[in-house]
Amino acid sequence: MVDKQDFTRISPVQWEIPTSFRQDMRVPVRFFASEQLLEATLGDKSVTQAVNSATLPGLVSHVTVMPDMHQGYGFPIGGVAATELPSGVISPGGIGYDINCGVRMLATNIPHEELKPHVGALASALNAHCPSGVGVKGKIRLSAKQLDGVLRLGSKWALKNGYATPEDVARTEDNGSLPGADPSALSPRAKDRGRPQLGSLGAGNHFIELDVIEEIYHAEGAKAMGLEAGNVVLQIHCGSRGLGHQVCSDYVRELQGAVQRYGIRLPDRELVCAPLDSPEGERYFAAMSCAANYAFASRQLLTHQARQAFEQVLAGKVSNWDLHQVYDVAHNIGKIEEHQIDGKSKRVCVHRKGATRAFGPGFEGLPAEYRDLGQPVLIPGSMGTRSWVMLGTEKSMQLSFGSCAHGAGRVMSRSKAKRSIRGDKLFQKMQAEGIKVHARSMPGFAEEAPQAYKDVDAVVQVVTDAGIAQKVARVRPIAVIKG
Amino acid sequence: MGEMPYEEIEHTADLSMRVRGKDMAQLLKHAAEGMLHLSDVHTKSSEGSKVSVELQAPDREQLLVVWLEELLFGIETRSVAYRDFEIRMVEDTRCEASMREIELESIGKHIKAVTFHDLRIIVTQEGLEATIVFDV
Repeated sequence: MVDKQDFTRISPVQWEIPTSFRQDMRVPVRFFASEQLLEATLGDKSVTQAVNSATLPGLVSHVTVMPDMHQGYGFPIGGVAATELPSGVISPGGIGYDINCGVRMLATNIPHEELKPHVGALASALNAHCPSGVGVKGKIRLSAKQLDGVLRLGSKWALKNGYATPEDVARTEDNGSLPGADPSALSPRAKDRGRPQLGSLGAGNHFIELDVIEEIYHAEGAKAMGLEAGNVVLQIHCGSRGLGHQVCSDYVRELQGAVQRYGIRLPDRELVCAPLDSPEGERYFAAMSCAANYAFASRQLLTHQARQAFEQVLAGKVSNWDLHQVYDVAHNIGKIEEHQIDGKSKRVCVHRKGATRAFGPGFEGLPAEYRDLGQPVLIPGSMGTRSWVMLGTEKSMQLSFGSCAHGAGRVMSRSKAKRSIRGDKLFQKMQAEGIKVHARSMPGFAEEAPQAYKDVDAVVQVVTDAGIAQKVARVRPIAVIKG
Repeated sequence: MGEMPYEEIEHTADLSMRVRGKDMAQLLKHAAEGMLHLSDVHTKSSEGSKVSVELQAPDREQLLVVWLEELLFGIETRSVAYRDFEIRMVEDTRCEASMREIELESIGKHIKAVTFHDLRIIVTQEGLEATIVFDV
């Protein structure tokens, strides 16, 4: 167990565990947290997991951990680590099972007041158009060849097939299409799991949410994103479904042997890895890229289905029901990026597990309207609480490999949440607060209660104080569709 | 064995289960039963056809993971649950399992994957014990 005295405070919201803490650490670990948030994480294994992740071969600079950190497996949730090309490692456990679990926000020009009479019907239509639940199937059936197209092209496949607009694709991280995706790197089981599930929400903490914009903090940023106070936005949170889970399972198992072949010693078998330039590392990277593309395409299909729901409910009742994309960001991913390390430009593989890319102004991969502002960063709060829209900064490039927090972060176990919170009571409370709710299981609903999470406002304040993102807008929910 | 064959352990974000068995075959059986219990599966009837599978892995921990993943794959892709497990160890890390496959009515908890996080099968006075973390 790690004690608070093991940390060195390097700023009001930054803490470090130096390499002297444990002999097998290759780099220090730096945490973004207020004193209160840091203390809240000492109760579980998240800090130990962060220290474990600092033992991977080929790490550069430091491992960084976001203020929404909590216990995961292998890496903690909220962990970011960069390994040097070509021989640094890639670790499936540093990316996670739900590869490219991520969030997308779509804005409307509809004021909340105008939508109010239709929110219930719209929530029901979204629930009907966007399939959710364990093992649930999507609305389209893909042939093997079509699935390969999805895996290779991601959002660009959706654009080619009429499920996306060019603006949707331009306003998605990496245009929703990672290069280097090779469908032959996937097992038949991964494809079997993925083929029927494209465009479905899944279960767990995945959701679709209608929100109203409460406050704007950055007028120029909000204008570029099409966000106006009082208007309604839509958020979609989901990932690569069974396909991504299978890719990670396959490669965590396959790489158990690779660590022995490459003489890599690890404190946790979930951290298994292979050099990026090894056949095993290259193959996992190609498979992970396929799963990431699948997730981008899946969120795009859900967007298409959400637009159908909007049209069904609002046509003839609201003058403009257009949903335009603000941005789509990945939470669990490994990316080859260029970063300044010790004054030198280096190509590294950035592992983000429960963290959002937050690139600052000037990044050429951003669409023109965002390029001078920085990348939009979406930080959903826990169910029924506020969410935030932010912008990446130059400082995030210096401090956190261009990364930021991804949500509120759990603080209470699922079993404790189920014991202490009644799903039906929570359901009634949210309804009484004016939030329309669709949920499949009351115990599952209770697990996602706001009390089980940290205060997202406190998380956002830390990243703001640290300078790794700046506030643009705050939204509050008016309808929640739970997976 | 006086203790429960499996029990849920606190985990902040995912699911964790401690499982025990007098030997490897029983550990695999109890792990399957425990995982299905944590998944909160309900079946349409108690009737179902008998299915069998043979699995092999480089070590015992990997065999445990492969076995549970085999069941998760069936649950997700064929909408079935399993019961009446009979497991025979052919070798130390190779098993033959047969069980009844029954049509699923509902499932309360989606287990995405079986992780290797801190996974070790340890020898106790009463047999074997392992703590498994599931990604949910």
